[in-house]
Amino acid sequence: MNLDELYRETILDHNQSPRNRRALENPTKTVGLLNPTCGDQIKLDLQLEQGIVRDVGFTGQGCSISMASASMLTEAIKGQSIDDALALAQNFKAFLTGTPSRLPLGELEALQGVSQFPSRVKCATLAHNALEKMLAESDESS
Amino acid sequence: MIEPLVDVARDFPILQREINGHRLVWLDSAATAQKPNQVIDSVNDFYRWSNANVLRSVHTLAAEATTAFAESRRDIARFIGARKSEEVIFTRGTTEALNLVARGLGDSLTKVGDEIVVSPMEHHSNLIPWQQLAKRTGATLRYVELAQDGTITVDALRAVIGPSTRIVALSKVSNVLGTVNPIQAAGEMVHHVGGIIVVDGAQSVPHEPTDVQQLDIDFLAFSGHKMCGPTGIGVLWGKSQWLDQMEPLQYGGEMISYVDRDTATWAEVPEKFEGGTPNIAGSIGLSAATRYLSNIGMKKVHQHSQALGQLAFDTLYEIPAVTVYGPGRPHGAAIAFNIEGIHPHDIAQVFDSLGIAIRAGHHCAQPLMQWLGVGSTARASVYLYNGEQDILRLREAILETKRYFRR
Repeated sequence: MNLDELYRETILDHNQSPRNRRALENPTKTVGLLNPTCGDQIKLDLQLEQGIVRDVGFTGQGCSISMASASMLTEAIKGQSIDDALALAQNFKAFLTGTPSRLPLGELEALQGVSQFPSRVKCATLAHNALEKMLAESDESS
Repeated sequence: MIEPLVDVARDFPILQREINGHRLVWLDSAATAQKPNQVIDSVNDFYRWSNANVLRSVHTLAAEATTAFAESRRDIARFIGARKSEEVIFTRGTTEALNLVARGLGDSLTKVGDEIVVSPMEHHSNLIPWQQLAKRTGATLRYVELAQDGTITVDALRAVIGPSTRIVALSKVSNVLGTVNPIQAAGEMVHHVGGIIVVDGAQSVPHEPTDVQQLDIDFLAFSGHKMCGPTGIGVLWGKSQWLDQMEPLQYGGEMISYVDRDTATWAEVPEKFEGGTPNIAGSIGLSAATRYLSNIGMKKVHQHSQALGQLAFDTLYEIPAVTVYGPGRPHGAAIAFNIEGIHPHDIAQVFDSLGIAIRAGHHCAQPLMQWLGVGSTARASVYLYNGEQDILRLREAILETKRYFRR
């Protein structure tokens, strides 16, 4: 097992300097999610305008994998439509269990090593699950 | 140099494994202990040569199995100083044992205005049953305050145990802080007001001599798998006077005396609480574990666990940017720590790459994490197969983890 396969430079970089790690002032949508196995938590804020993610921020605490993954996700979905953001989250989750992604995942691909560490998949998908939960809730309200 | 208490190469094949190119260092015994050949063989032998259901059939194998099952109960009773082997009730583990007291006795013992006392360091298994009991009966759940170093003082007990206290539920040793709690003082106080004390011994029974008479407690719960026994077997020991009043939770075979279409009466203790075919092989494996530990001597086990626990505490305390939780002396076998700026999961991951198994997370003690003001911690825990060499590997691994994440 090579640790560097898991902790790629990109991941350590996002962990040390997370992007969009802040609470939004007037989020359209906000959702919190807990990883009950470790007690880690994330809160995701979304500013939506006509179905487009105008701004996104996250707060919370977690391991380097979950924080880096959240940071990368927020960068990837900013400016995207809700549908595209959701598709990205879903493709990324499939990608971690070995299904090739149908979409370009950008920096998130650096998390590929996580697939060899089943206990860490939950960390890497915490933000993505939060996004899915949030957008599923907005479906219900619309 | 503190050496392992046992012949590790002879008794614990699993500890000869190489993990990621390094000899395995098992520092996760507070989660589950490794099993010696003596325990594994006893379970194997039962299934291979003596397997039968207990209590009901007349054939030879059933008689053998029933005898072995009864002898296991006696061995375990002796191991904890119980007056009668009938006071030993087999459960799946500590969790089931504590739930059994809370439901089977707690409901009839508490009502609105009564108080149940727990501590913020309790494992969820010794917290949620009481929290939910309080919700059911309207009793008040009260918490004993922890001192700065995570210990419980006699004064703190005195401040919370009073005339309305019906139940005090405390762990003997914390699974996170390694704190050793003043069980006898708590017992005296609650007995003085006519209540009972329930002790979670999951982290103490594996590591120290246990004498329920001397402790003067009412209930003791513990798990087989944390004391070199199999998983799926544990014990609720209780004083007969309480067990006679306690209601069974599992209705079914073997736990009855007489049944007709509309009514049923219960068997005597302990069968009353052991509906269904029991974990026979588990009980045999647990009794083998008590023999294994008794042959070494629980006093020696205790000295070893404390010496190593304290050594680990001191070693980690010296490392810059490392926080160690709990008291320095006495310190049990579990040592919780954090490295500044590095999440416990990441610590455990680097440790694994070095062949060292530790636990990272909230250790099923979220209120304690809230008290400590952290989301989670790393935890190393030692047992009789660990030695000073393992603590040196632990130290090296911490330094390596710091290097890895500061590159």
